[in-house]
Amino acid sequence: MSGKTLSEKILSAKSGRDVRAGDVVICEVDYALGTDGSIPMAMDYFAAMGGERVHAPRRLLFALDHYAPAPSPKAALLQAGIRRFAKEQGIPLFDVGEGIGHQLVVEKGFAAPGRLLVGADSHSVTYGAANCFATGIGSSDLAGVMKTGKVWLKVPASIRVRLHGRLAQGVYPKDLALYLAQLLGTDGATYETLEFAGDGVQSLDFEDRLVVANMSVELGAKNAIFPYDEACRRYLEGRVDDLSGALHADADAIYSGTLDIDLASLEPFVAVPHQVSGNVRVETLDATPVQMVFLGTCTGGRTKDFRQALGVFREFGQPASGVQLVVTPASREVLLELTQGGELAELIALGAVIVTPGCGACCGTSGAIPEDGANVISTANRNFKGRMGNPTANIFLASPEVCAASAIAGHIASPRMLLAGHQSR
Amino acid sequence: MTTSINGMARRFGDDVNTDYIISSRRKRESLDPAVLKQYLFETIAPEFAASVRAGDIVVAGKNFGCGSAMEVAVTAVVGAGIKVVLAQSFARTYFRNAVNNGLYPIECDTSRIAEGAALSIELGEQVIVRCEGMTEPLQAAPIARDMLAILDAGGLVPYLLRNPSF
Repeated sequence: MSGKTLSEKILSAKSGRDVRAGDVVICEVDYALGTDGSIPMAMDYFAAMGGERVHAPRRLLFALDHYAPAPSPKAALLQAGIRRFAKEQGIPLFDVGEGIGHQLVVEKGFAAPGRLLVGADSHSVTYGAANCFATGIGSSDLAGVMKTGKVWLKVPASIRVRLHGRLAQGVYPKDLALYLAQLLGTDGATYETLEFAGDGVQSLDFEDRLVVANMSVELGAKNAIFPYDEACRRYLEGRVDDLSGALHADADAIYSGTLDIDLASLEPFVAVPHQVSGNVRVETLDATPVQMVFLGTCTGGRTKDFRQALGVFREFGQPASGVQLVVTPASREVLLELTQGGELAELIALGAVIVTPGCGACCGTSGAIPEDGANVISTANRNFKGRMGNPTANIFLASPEVCAASAIAGHIASPRMLLAGHQSR
Repeated sequence: MTTSINGMARRFGDDVNTDYIISSRRKRESLDPAVLKQYLFETIAPEFAASVRAGDIVVAGKNFGCGSAMEVAVTAVVGAGIKVVLAQSFARTYFRNAVNNGLYPIECDTSRIAEGAALSIELGEQVIVRCEGMTEPLQAAPIARDMLAILDAGGLVPYLLRNPSF
């Protein structure tokens, strides 16, 4: 029989069967995440399933991140119910202000090589950067995990994405993610794994890989998975208690397709409203004014992202008047790092509106809502109509550097375009 | 187990996202399928909710149920008495949520099925779709046994009530 992809290996181990793409398996889950967006409905399903005590409370993680802080009495009531349930059942809870669940799963060392993680939120695919199988599930699935510790999964076929070389200066993993969305379209990887390989992987550090894995769902992928290497080990060491589960794909594994990407050939991209796959080169948008710039989310809200943005502000100055700069660190750890490093003070001095760590403005549940007809440029992963809470707003997606440069210019721009503008004056 | 279902095709196009199936604005008002079914597809087919009859079959193009993974986009469809959705392809989370709520997500070539056509579907590990006016049945993707067991039970809740540890 042929060799196995990374997904086939992990799902074989977790189901106790020798499985290949297309098989349906029932797997033991290592960790399952729920959020205040999905837990209330899961609690209803759990009760309907006759659930009383959850199967393994320490394998569940609850994060109050979607309505943080609660924007209404109704949201506060739902959160109170989740807190009560978590306490009764002994389920670890990350309360309002601790950050985005996906960031916490990684930061706190729950994502580790060889593990199977699921989350009742589509961006649970993020953890695949840690050489584990991680995918999004629904509230009924989460209830099933609460009841049994298990989930049913169809073993996905895998698309091998071979990265070569390294990104040019001014080009970021966000640009790679947007390029992949352009190449494959919003359903080009549906039901499939994106398995990353090639010498170019080592030029991306662990946090870069989180960005790419996070956005794989925008192409319809079931999960994304990166190889285990030195960069992965360096990030996880000290966070994860057991790194022995690292896996490599077999040389004779069967893939549904292979993409070869020369990282050096990529340029800064911007996704234009209202599809993640609608991407253009940043230069083509320089007549587009912006009213809001958003730095944050489970895609672009880590310390490294804010440092990249600050590099641009230090070189080219303040946000233009009439631009609201919204900053939402992905977690309390990120907020603390920015505080200790002095970056937070710099951002405040630039006039940034600092929002509680959480999902906030990204999904329009709490935080900053754009005005009618506003153009927003954001480090987030989705630009659907209405995404940030106002269906008349237009959301553009780009790297932290392009977002910062756009804030300074007052219209969509890259640092290179700012430099050219300065020189021509 | 093989079940036969007969119903009338209700046609939709490609990339129908979950917000088009049920607006998240309505979701803020209620999660009750009996309430939400009044607003089914209101953004793209305002006349649908008033004219849908139990047993109708939703027929769509590719990538049905894309966008947010909200489960009410399935329960609202089930609430309207719909048991089967035929599509060229489904978004992954919609497919999962459909199985878990007893809504049969059937993948087949839907391009020649017209609005109002009479459909007859045999649901089992092998799925056969017959459409009024076509001489040959349409080829549909088979359903894996474990998935069919959940669907036939009526979804994950009744399935786990019967099989408490999966």
